[in-house]
Amino acid sequence: MYHNRLLLLGALCLAAVAAYLFTGVKGSLEFALMFRGKKLLALLLIGAAQGVAAVMFQTISGNRLLTPALMGFDALYVLILSAAVVVLGAPAYQQLDPGLLMLVNATLMSGAAVALFGLLLRKSAADMMRMLLTGVVLAVMLRSITGLLQRVIDPSEYAVVQAASYARFSRAETDLLGLSAALCLGALVLAWRMRHRLDVLALGPVAATSLGEPPLRGQRGALLLISILVAVSTALVGPVAFFGLLVSALTYLVLPTHRHAILLPGAALIAGLVLVGGQWALERVFAFATPLSVVVDFLGGLVFLLLLLKGVNR
Amino acid sequence: MIEVQDLSYRIGTARILDNVSLSLPRGGILALIGPNGAGKSTLLSLMARLLPLQQGRITVDDLEIGRCDDRDLAQCLAILPQSVQAASRLTVRDLVGFGRYPYHRGRPGATDRQLVEEGLALFDLLPLAERGLDTLSGGQRQRAFVAMTYVQDTDYLLLDEPLNNLDLAASRALMARLRDLADRKGRTIVIVLHDINFASAYADRVLVLKGGRLVADGPPEAVISSALIETVFETDARLHLVEGRPVVLV
Repeated sequence: MYHNRLLLLGALCLAAVAAYLFTGVKGSLEFALMFRGKKLLALLLIGAAQGVAAVMFQTISGNRLLTPALMGFDALYVLILSAAVVVLGAPAYQQLDPGLLMLVNATLMSGAAVALFGLLLRKSAADMMRMLLTGVVLAVMLRSITGLLQRVIDPSEYAVVQAASYARFSRAETDLLGLSAALCLGALVLAWRMRHRLDVLALGPVAATSLGEPPLRGQRGALLLISILVAVSTALVGPVAFFGLLVSALTYLVLPTHRHAILLPGAALIAGLVLVGGQWALERVFAFATPLSVVVDFLGGLVFLLLLLKGVNR
Repeated sequence: MIEVQDLSYRIGTARILDNVSLSLPRGGILALIGPNGAGKSTLLSLMARLLPLQQGRITVDDLEIGRCDDRDLAQCLAILPQSVQAASRLTVRDLVGFGRYPYHRGRPGATDRQLVEEGLALFDLLPLAERGLDTLSGGQRQRAFVAMTYVQDTDYLLLDEPLNNLDLAASRALMARLRDLADRKGRTIVIVLHDINFASAYADRVLVLKGGRLVADGPPEAVISSALIETVFETDARLHLVEGRPVVLV
């Protein structure tokens, strides 16, 4: 029923990709394609990861206002990084293989996220406002602990951490691309295979239990995938606060269906479109006047306020 | 047969259920009644595996709750939800279609589709099939939920206070449909009711709980009495026999 819209989104996404790759090339096309190709791949990966993670999180929490970023998933990532710098010291830290670091960080984060957010979902899933508040307070707490750690370390160590604490779409860490792509695609495939289970989990705990899909197990599986997706995207560009919310809100607007077989690819395509199209517009049309993360967070923040004021939470 | 053995449940230091044992044979409508805080909903939630078991054992036919496969149990026992999330994006047909999920796990076949259409027809939902759930009245929505559990095709159906928020006509219509499911389809229906008059009118057997213990058990004419109202519900409402059926005057 919504397949046509999905195809249209795919076509728009392809158009954005083509525009990004082929417009405004000065000098060798081959060099430009290689350079841009890596960045493009990073943007598409981040988009798919953030979009799918946001939709999955909103499904298991039964709430259209929450996203992993608002609940402090990426804050957890930066905290783990900062703690590593403090414990190991900057020189040792910088000698670590970045790929290994990302793997270790993603593993730690998955464990912590499943423990922390699993508990939170279990204890306060019935009470939307409590969950939202707890999540936001948790995110602030994680960021504050990170801030404290960053204050006690010396300035050179701080510089190392700082690079990981801000979103930067134009300078995505392309060295980690291979590993990130593998992790991300693996998690996306597993998310796709969960699509029917997610449809059932979206009905709420009583209906899901009755249909033989116990919410606790589903939530744990989904949280694991979400934390891998967020870890990878945070490793590539740093934390992005409102991007997931912007994407999920657009997804439900364009594809008003309950079926995750449509919602998940839809969210990935919309996220890719926003990132690649936005980056193209900012680089080529506005000549880098504003970083994309600022625009995305501004729009995302606006959407968040609108949703909050309209009282949309289901 | 649902068998409950030595079931206890605590929240903090409060004993909600205290060594409850009972066995519910197949067939008919079994009503759980009792004052507020008696443990009726907790007992039903434990049977429905909505709460984790703390002490005791519950078996449904040869499946033990907490040990058996969730998919097997979903083909044997259904729970009526009072509401669903994402209601704004679901049509009645979508919702009823979910009833077949335990069998097809997301890939409905021709038989599944046919059973869903039969369910829609049986519950007079065909004219509403394409409507969004959030555009229905409370009674219509409840009917769609019952249709979903009907197509799930389980021997047992558990309902926790389904008459909340329903008016008299919708309440009677729902109970009549449940009566019909029990009589003609041989389903076993376990239902938590607040209104004793509904239990007396529609149930084959009532189980009375108080303070986490089972205090009476039997057909409504035998169990529901002035003494029960006084000792269990601790109020002095009068009871009359109307057409051979006990009726509480409120």
